[in-house]
Amino acid sequence: MNDKVNYSHIKGRVMKNAVVKWIFIMATSVALIFLALLIGRVLSQGVGYLSIDFLKNYPAPYIEEAGLFAGIMGSLAMISITAPVSMILGVCTALYLEEYARDNKFTRFIRVNVQNLAGVPSIVFGLLGLTFFVYLFEMGYTLIAGALTMSLLVLPIIVVAAQEAIRSVPSEIREASIGMGATKWQTIWRIVLPAAIPGILTGSILAFSRAIGETAPLIIVGAATAIYSIPDSLFSKYTVMPMQIYSWTARPQEEWQYVAAAGIIVLLIILLCMNAIAVWIRNKFQKRF
Amino acid sequence: MANKAFSIEDFNLWYGTDQALYQINLDIPKHEITAVIGPSGCGKSTLLKTLNRMTETIPSVQTSGSIEYDGEDIFAKKKMVEELRTRVGMVFQKPNPFPKSIFENVAYGPKIHGIKKKQVLNEVVEKSLKGAAIWDEVHDRLNQNAFGLSGGQQQRVCIARCLAIEPDVILMDEPTSALDPISTLKIEELIKELKKDYTIIIVTHNMQQAARISDNTVFMLNGEMVEFSDTDQLFSNPKDKRTEDYITGRFG
Repeated sequence: MNDKVNYSHIKGRVMKNAVVKWIFIMATSVALIFLALLIGRVLSQGVGYLSIDFLKNYPAPYIEEAGLFAGIMGSLAMISITAPVSMILGVCTALYLEEYARDNKFTRFIRVNVQNLAGVPSIVFGLLGLTFFVYLFEMGYTLIAGALTMSLLVLPIIVVAAQEAIRSVPSEIREASIGMGATKWQTIWRIVLPAAIPGILTGSILAFSRAIGETAPLIIVGAATAIYSIPDSLFSKYTVMPMQIYSWTARPQEEWQYVAAAGIIVLLIILLCMNAIAVWIRNKFQKRF
Repeated sequence: MANKAFSIEDFNLWYGTDQALYQINLDIPKHEITAVIGPSGCGKSTLLKTLNRMTETIPSVQTSGSIEYDGEDIFAKKKMVEELRTRVGMVFQKPNPFPKSIFENVAYGPKIHGIKKKQVLNEVVEKSLKGAAIWDEVHDRLNQNAFGLSGGQQQRVCIARCLAIEPDVILMDEPTSALDPISTLKIEELIKELKKDYTIIIVTHNMQQAARISDNTVFMLNGEMVEFSDTDQLFSNPKDKRTEDYITGRFG
């Protein structure tokens, strides 16, 4: 502390400051540039093939008649099963781990493994779904088997997000509630969950976005690629948007690539809509509290 | 002291292997203000939180000895802790309103205890806010978020929230330590006012505060109760040398 402040270093430090800032800007740009390239390419190839008929038609052998209707309806049907199943299971699991479970070796082991599961390749979940839902529970290659497989895939992501959201609720307001004679459940239901819901929803949105774009596990549990009906029961045959897109890209003629690009545009728009709805729900909750 | 709220006998408490309270023996009278003073870490907050069993939220806590409230053992197996906490309310160190409207904050207690009628809730909220001397400041914005209030106002809303469950005893854990002098003064006046209807036990860092508002004072040091007597007597004529050293500012 006896050394004098060295003014000759100021210039160097200011320079470093500027350099670091530019490194971060460039890192961000890399992601943005590739995103722009991807969107630009997809738009330039696919926009011409977009039409109302493309949304309304079933897959067809001729490009002019091909459509994504079965895929759109299949994806929506699947997400409307996957979302409630995985959210109910995920939030209940997170509540147990954060609020009820004692902190011992066993629960710590579970916590670490839930986090590991969130990083397991999706194809592994496909194999799990094939073993359990398709064969063991004899569901076959049906919508419900696919949706439950997807629920398993997103479950760890939702559990981890919900755990973090629940943990970030300040302990002071829990104490205030318990100190007034509220039971643990009343405290969770009236205080902890309302405060944690924005965080839980944010995590769930990201998880569902992943689910709606997944193909690999569904190939294994038997989603169809060409199907001429929309799911009308839990045990219907089904396809989803990414499956349909995947099957188009696999065809030899170049024009099918453009049809696939059109499919990607539709998929992206539906993803954006889902996220917008969820963000809106989240903001609504935040305003109330 | 025939009319006692709490009767504590040979009470010990451990956090894991660290003993925080040693052989506490204390009778706390009803309808008076009892202040608990002592340096940081002396166990005064722990003692307070034991009285409505809030210490049990920490898993490693173990206790021995007995505490009776109104003649009944608070640790008795058949006693439900929720009932104890309804009769013995608590106000915390930092104002901790829920992230809800002022109305919902105060109505929370009655609601969890099963009151649903809007009419009744309105009455309870108004009565509690008036009881906590904050009604005039907030009556026209009951639906606004309680976070929008100043620290002192938040703390009075928290007191109102506590009054709304109609407790017999109010435990206060350094309720003014996070507040400015003017808010502190208001809360002190309020506490004196509340004495008519409630038994109040207040932990405070501030010796002047204890001298100003309390009827009895407990002095604690290193987990032991050193002295308990009439406030005037404890501050003017302490029996124990350690109490004298503390109140004259020789340590702490």
